[in-house]
Amino acid sequence: MLSRTADHLFWMSRYTERAENTARMLDVNYQTALLPQSAEAAQIGWQGLLTISELLPAYQAVHGEITPYQVMNFMVRDEDNPSSIISCLKAARENARAVRGTLTTEAWETQNQTWLEVNRMLRAGDFERDPGAFFEWVKYRSHLSRGVSVGTMLMDEALHFMRIGTFLERADNTARLVDTKFHAMHNDFIGLTSDDSEQEYDFYHWSAVLRSVSAFEIYRRVYRDVIRPERVAELLILRADMPRSLHASLNEVVSNLQSVVAGSELSMSQRKAGKLRAELQFGHIDEILATGLHAFLTQFLDRVNELGAHISREFLVPTAA
Amino acid sequence: MRKFDEMYATLPPEPGQVRDHYKTYDRWLAQQPPDTMLRRREEAEVIFRRVGITFAVYGAKDEDGSGTERLIPFDLIPRIIPAHEWQRMERGLVQRVTALNRFLHDVYHDQEIIRAGVIPADMVLQNAQFRPEMMGVDVPRHIYSHIAGIDIVRAPDAQGNGEYYVLEDNLRVPSGVSYMLEDRKMMMRLFPELFSQHRVAPVAHYPDLLLETLRASAPPATPDPTCVVLTPGMYNSAYFEHAFLAQQMGIELVEGQDLFVKDDFVWMRTTRGPKRVDVIYRRVDDDFLDPLVFRPNSTLGVAGLVQAYRAGNVAICNAIGTGVADDKAIYAYVPKMIEFYLGEQPILKNVPTHMGRNPDELKYILDNLKDLVVKEVHGAGGYGMLVGPASTTAEIEDFRRAILAKPDGYIAQPTLSLSSCPTYVESGIAPRHIDLRPFVLSGKEVQMVPGGLTRVALKEGSLVVNSSQGGGTKDTWILEV
Repeated sequence: MLSRTADHLFWMSRYTERAENTARMLDVNYQTALLPQSAEAAQIGWQGLLTISELLPAYQAVHGEITPYQVMNFMVRDEDNPSSIISCLKAARENARAVRGTLTTEAWETQNQTWLEVNRMLRAGDFERDPGAFFEWVKYRSHLSRGVSVGTMLMDEALHFMRIGTFLERADNTARLVDTKFHAMHNDFIGLTSDDSEQEYDFYHWSAVLRSVSAFEIYRRVYRDVIRPERVAELLILRADMPRSLHASLNEVVSNLQSVVAGSELSMSQRKAGKLRAELQFGHIDEILATGLHAFLTQFLDRVNELGAHISREFLVPTAA
Repeated sequence: MRKFDEMYATLPPEPGQVRDHYKTYDRWLAQQPPDTMLRRREEAEVIFRRVGITFAVYGAKDEDGSGTERLIPFDLIPRIIPAHEWQRMERGLVQRVTALNRFLHDVYHDQEIIRAGVIPADMVLQNAQFRPEMMGVDVPRHIYSHIAGIDIVRAPDAQGNGEYYVLEDNLRVPSGVSYMLEDRKMMMRLFPELFSQHRVAPVAHYPDLLLETLRASAPPATPDPTCVVLTPGMYNSAYFEHAFLAQQMGIELVEGQDLFVKDDFVWMRTTRGPKRVDVIYRRVDDDFLDPLVFRPNSTLGVAGLVQAYRAGNVAICNAIGTGVADDKAIYAYVPKMIEFYLGEQPILKNVPTHMGRNPDELKYILDNLKDLVVKEVHGAGGYGMLVGPASTTAEIEDFRRAILAKPDGYIAQPTLSLSSCPTYVESGIAPRHIDLRPFVLSGKEVQMVPGGLTRVALKEGSLVVNSSQGGGTKDTWILEV
């Protein structure tokens, strides 16, 4: 297929996935904000959200002070913020439109419909009326988009590049999410605190992280235990059966890459993806914690980023200089 | 002036005065509650939006943020043409397009028609659309205009009967065929019962015919040619159509940046390395096709494409330089071309055309300005045009001076009373002017699907059917009565 087409498909999926994850993070923060907590803790929550998205400076330049209302607006409907939900949905739809002939009718109409509806909903004030319902809607449109693609598209390169985009983005987003703790606490020390109030905060924080990736119930089922930070980290980083974990995401990246590589010779992207996956496959949570979770995640993000760049160079259009 | 309506024998319509081929439809329409039709119209709009059947308007921005895309208004009332009228029109179209292709081959080779004195040499050689780069280039099957859009209007003749006239030949990159196909799909979806009551000739096989035409145009000795659609990109007004056709034919939709020329062959950049391209259905104008030959600053085309083309290694549909045959002055000579190349009488009529370059015709034009439509020979899109009956004395005098200064730059035609068709407008159903664009394909043979795109002028009294000027479309039925 055309390299440019593959590029559009890759980014279409990435933006759809990003919109979903942004909605997930915002939803969790919004729900947490409804719990009794100190103003400082609330502030830290919203600031953490901007930090993990690397948007704190951009936000502060426009709004200065951090208020829940402003942060939500900035992350939902600000078209000048390239990571806002509206910007992501727009970019996804523009990429889809550029290659609409490659998509099945259902896949294209799903993207187009999402775009038409999000504009209608934001105009009609649906988001302000019920942010939770709005975030839920964004999540479900993303589910639908993935499902429609897998359910209707020929299992050829087009679909593989879409899947690669989805799971690279997911790996990136989940890693950032797990990393929030350290932006909030400014240290690399997890759990094991003797301070009671901090322990309680910990519980809410980690359960919020779990809920944001729909893993709260999964955690209970897998561990049958109270919420322990190291187990949350293990679940979201190393468990291959946890659909939004780093390991599961890398599995998808590796297998879809394998399908698009024509020759038997191992491509550079494949090597990099394989190595990264192997570390998750054979890694142990104690080792990761011993090195430091934040350090591990920072390095992981760098490598995912680098992998994306490699895939672009190898198969897609190099970004215009 | 007499008015001619496609559906009613009289205007305003009187009971019982419905023309035969509309009788069944008329009975059906009379039974539809008005709000049903209104709901169908809204439904159609929602579907068109969701499917994204839009055209891009450059530089515009809609309040709903959908940016630069507009819907073309779709009218629920079909335009119906009885099969026997269509059969004659079809024969006329085959004849006309065959002659036009012969003419194009001739002007880029021996120029016999000029030497025979049938068409003045300067009209061809001084024409801005004449491409000297094409002289002596042989194209497969000697076909230049693989896809032609011939604009046809209907108007009353002296006896008040409807008569079809060719208004314009579009031989470069005619668009609108996707609306023809989508309008039919929409009608079948909204009114399935109508299709069980009528025998409407199907059009959905157009993409098959087009692909067959493109493959037949490949350079000889390419047994399994790779065809692509070349688009200027998603901001082009006809982008939907480009994407739609590529998808329907199952071929790649490419932009200039996806192609490159190496060793006089054309290649596209794919995820598995370069792949040879044999046939390009280009929806990019000549001027932008190859920066080495035409506009040097254009990024829409491919450097070296013309060289590959001249070497016979790639087919371009339509060929470069077809514009020389769809010019407003050349138009007047098409009936003569048909006689010259085919030895036949033209089946389809031209609108009578007076040429400023002939002194006696010039006198006639100047004496009758207030009754004529005067057009600039190289003008397009309604610019440089005088509609006599609708103009002020001052405008007429301005034109008189312009024509006197450059008589061969102008042609004039009588103002035709274009036929109308009942159309849904704000106030209800009312007659609106229409035209018809059949799409004629030339490959191994000349063929087309029955009908074409009917465009409708939505403003009362307006003759402008162009989509950029607020025109709409209707489904076109070729009907066995």
